[in-house]
Amino acid sequence: MTAGAWALFLAVFLACAVEAVEATTIVLAAGTARDWRSAATGTGAALAVLAVIVAVAGPAVSAIPLHALRLVIGALLLVFGLQWLRKAILRASGHKALHDEDKLYAEHLAEAAAAQAGGRTALVPDWYGFTLAFKGVVLEGLEVVFIVLTFGSNARDIPVAAVAAGVAVLLVAAAGVAVRAPLARVPENTLKFIVGIMLTSFGLLWGAEGAGARWPGSDAALLVLIPAVAAGAAGLTAALRRSSAVPAGAQA
Amino acid sequence: MSGRLRAFGAFWYDFVIGDDWLLAAGVVIGLAGTYLLSHAGVAAWWLLPVLVAALLPASLWKATRRRG
Repeated sequence: MTAGAWALFLAVFLACAVEAVEATTIVLAAGTARDWRSAATGTGAALAVLAVIVAVAGPAVSAIPLHALRLVIGALLLVFGLQWLRKAILRASGHKALHDEDKLYAEHLAEAAAAQAGGRTALVPDWYGFTLAFKGVVLEGLEVVFIVLTFGSNARDIPVAAVAAGVAVLLVAAAGVAVRAPLARVPENTLKFIVGIMLTSFGLLWGAEGAGARWPGSDAALLVLIPAVAAGAAGLTAALRRSSAVPAGAQA
Repeated sequence: MSGRLRAFGAFWYDFVIGDDWLLAAGVVIGLAGTYLLSHAGVAAWWLLPVLVAALLPASLWKATRRRG
């Protein structure tokens, strides 16, 4: 594989792994607090819905001219990347609470345990568990679909993006099934920091190209953009850490 | 019905715009500027990175000032 294909694989893999961790937390809560068969059926139904969306949207996205696609997708990736980076920097510098899968899992669990059962069928003994798992997988899965289609079609390499997403989802799901507990050990905040850097860098490259600019070195500009965005984000984190440490010290 | 429409709009606002509208607005302005410069025959690849280098600290400054 070329360096560009590896960068694409890494960006899609990490972004999809983060979404998969969140979906797994919800499915585990639905299965543990309610009923495993209903949670599994809800997950299966959600995957079927996502497959239909991919089958419909995939060819449609691929048919859009590359310039228009890069402009729109570049803009979206840049906005998403900056939002992710903003959150990750605020969390890493102590200005925002860290994303805690254990806490989220406990909240989902308590909510699910308190809810009424609703109707029941042989395949779905508990409709609340089914709906909880279905909603979680569809919402997080939509983001996975969006990442695969946008990255894949922009790079004109949907197979690499699809394989990266598949590997990420399978690894996370297998880990979730194996431990039957929230994947709290996955360094989710660090992953989000890295994904924010990748989304911002790809967004800069494709957005500017879509708007008509030509990067020096073409796609190789990514080799400068990614380290530059990473250095900028690390510098901002360090600066915010210092600024948050001063008042704390002054109060003590 | 209007409640559902509002919820639908809120979902998409949260999905695309997120916590700070300044970032989304800055990206749109940056892309428009890049388009205008490129079509005037001026090299414009530098505009978005420069804008991002200003936008992200500004958004973080807003967030920490609000929390502080």
